[in-house]
Amino acid sequence: MEVLVFLVPLAILLGAIGLAAFLWSLKSGQYDDLDGAAWRAIADDEPTESSNG
Amino acid sequence: MQSSLDFSHYLKSAGAGLLHLDLAVEGISCAGCMAKIERNLSKIPDVTLARVNLTDRRLAVEWKEGAIDPSFFVDRLKELGYKAYPFERLDAETQEAGRAGALLRRLGVAAFAAMNVMMLSIPVWSGNVSDMLPEQRDFFHWLSALIVLPAAAYSAQPFFSSAFTALRARSVNMDVPISIGIILALGMSLVETASHADHAYFDAAIMLIAFLLAGRYLDQNMRRRTRAFAGNLAALKSETATKFVNDEEVSTVPIAAIAPGDIVLLRPGERSAVDGNVISGRSEIDQSLITGETLPVVAMPGTAVYAGTLVRSGTLRVRVAAASEGTLLAEISRLLDNALQARSRYLRLAERAARMYAPVVHATALLTMIGWLIAGASFHDSIVTAIAVLIITCPCALGLAIPAVQTVASGALFGSGVPLNSADAIERLAEIDRVIFDKTGTLTLPELDVANAAAIPADMLALAGRLALSSRHPVAAAVARAAKAVSPLRSIEEESGQGVHGMVDGCEVRLGRPSYCRADAEANAILSRDPEASVVAFRHGEACHVFAVRQRLRPDAAAVVDKLRRCGIGVEIVSGDREPAVRMAAQSVGIYEWRAEVTPVDKIARINELARDGFRVLMVGDGLNDAPALAAAHASMSPVTATHMSQAAADAVFLGERLAPVATAILVSRKARALMRQNLWLAVIYNALAVPVAIAGLVTPLIAAAAMSGSSVLVMLNALRARIRIREIG
Repeated sequence: MEVLVFLVPLAILLGAIGLAAFLWSLKSGQYDDLDGAAWRAIADDEPTESSNG
Repeated sequence: MQSSLDFSHYLKSAGAGLLHLDLAVEGISCAGCMAKIERNLSKIPDVTLARVNLTDRRLAVEWKEGAIDPSFFVDRLKELGYKAYPFERLDAETQEAGRAGALLRRLGVAAFAAMNVMMLSIPVWSGNVSDMLPEQRDFFHWLSALIVLPAAAYSAQPFFSSAFTALRARSVNMDVPISIGIILALGMSLVETASHADHAYFDAAIMLIAFLLAGRYLDQNMRRRTRAFAGNLAALKSETATKFVNDEEVSTVPIAAIAPGDIVLLRPGERSAVDGNVISGRSEIDQSLITGETLPVVAMPGTAVYAGTLVRSGTLRVRVAAASEGTLLAEISRLLDNALQARSRYLRLAERAARMYAPVVHATALLTMIGWLIAGASFHDSIVTAIAVLIITCPCALGLAIPAVQTVASGALFGSGVPLNSADAIERLAEIDRVIFDKTGTLTLPELDVANAAAIPADMLALAGRLALSSRHPVAAAVARAAKAVSPLRSIEEESGQGVHGMVDGCEVRLGRPSYCRADAEANAILSRDPEASVVAFRHGEACHVFAVRQRLRPDAAAVVDKLRRCGIGVEIVSGDREPAVRMAAQSVGIYEWRAEVTPVDKIARINELARDGFRVLMVGDGLNDAPALAAAHASMSPVTATHMSQAAADAVFLGERLAPVATAILVSRKARALMRQNLWLAVIYNALAVPVAIAGLVTPLIAAAAMSGSSVLVMLNALRARIRIREIG
């Protein structure tokens, strides 16, 4: 059972990383256009590819 | 005109020599449009970003400063088939978006905490049955406290602050029992953990918060969407003014870029966007939008003009006294907003229920505790049972059921072109049993139409249309539209109050008053048949034609009136227009009850009279003179081409040429109300079954939380049924 001392903080750390990732995605505006994002995922080509300048 | 628009007001610096521009784009409807626009604009050299937001129908572009003129993007989009307008976020919209973002952040934190606490709780439950050491259980409880307390303190703030505000105002809302339940459960759990007890209820509390936040977020998201839509509309109207940049030259600028002291030019047919004083020129002006006075007055140097004033005959130079937010029009608009916020005669259904519900919940929990104490249970057991009662009766179903149905129903209405201004509009629209239509711009289309276009030779119509492009008179604009004219004739002169004339291939052409074109006989022939029409004459050498221009009824007006009547809804027209025009419109759409030449005050009187007789009135109207009537009615709708003002006052607006959205809105709202009632009954039945069990002390707070979540899910699923039913209505 001593393994708990090690596993429980690890589990919480993983959860915290997940939360941090969610907060980051929220801050970077990934929830601003849910309709558009749904379609971008299945778009044939990368329309914004050429704009990486 | 679009190309001369001055964009500098809308440009933002995006850092490192880049400029940023937001455009509201009309006509984006699918992923194909999104890909097409992004691919085309990205190909332009020096463009660093072109991103479409499909939800809000907007486009953000960034480019290297000085490389491209912003109007180039508008032109390019026009070539692709989209109309684009520069656009500035309204304050209200930024606030709504911020609130939705904050709720989502809190929901994320609560959900994270709930998941991790569940991971700790499950071993404790199973451990209680098997062989968990008391030290291990305490360790898990303390860990749960460590996760949940900060998470709850952060994510439950919306409930705490709303409950606190309500209590300070000596009233009760739904957040009061929620807050008390959360705080009691958390406090009790801490005490239990400190005294090495078997149970703690951190998991129940945080799950409750997560579920409630999900409901709030859905509600907020709907409001954010409507605000974004309203922001686009304001941009699409692209309110501009013609400003003198020096004594001779003019430039078209957005009204936001006009400052007091500037001099603007007002041409016939234009509406003033500013308050100011005339410094030169002479014209008849129509101030009906502001004063309600329909007879035109003559403006000369020194006369004050207000935003919303229509210039009829001549050209005026006006020195600006106040622009944009400072105008009288904006002031009236703010007053109206305040009046609407103060309108509390109709409390939201859920809030009314909560107001009755909260005292009952608290009394039941308190009585349960006292009852168990009297029956000889320990103080600790009594309090645990009381918390279970509090959680199980927590009005989650109430909190979730109504917003969920509202979200689904308003989403469906949005899809059929009826954006709602307020969420409780659905409840009020559902109760409507009487509809009052305004005539002009509501039953009729807002733009004038040439009634006898088919009787005029095509080449003459085309030539008249090109000539009409040089005039800004609304009747001439109708001729230009009917002819689908795009290229104006060269060197055309306008004679104030008469018409326009010029030379084509050595032959004189004139368009204007019948007397100006020597066409009185033809004009009188048309007027004797159709006294309500406006006439405009066209002379090309010896050939002469007279156009009858009039308002056209919305194509489906008669069908919609018939549909409403079959649903048991009474229909009438109350209009400020003259009697013959109103009678004719009433006859052609099949409305038997109508009133003409009604002042704005009498419109309100008529609405109040119907209300006294027990009718719930829906007012459908546009224009500033209807704004008070819209606010006075039980529910209200406006076509979106109406003035900004009445849109702010109406519960819902509708798009396009058809009148059908009025009937759709009422029918969808009725269905939605039926589902809301069903959901409330589900919640009541659930409570009737669960509460006695909880009072008997057979439910731990954790089971109570699970049962409560279960009822919430049931209610959500029922709300989703609204989608299917609403589709059937179409």
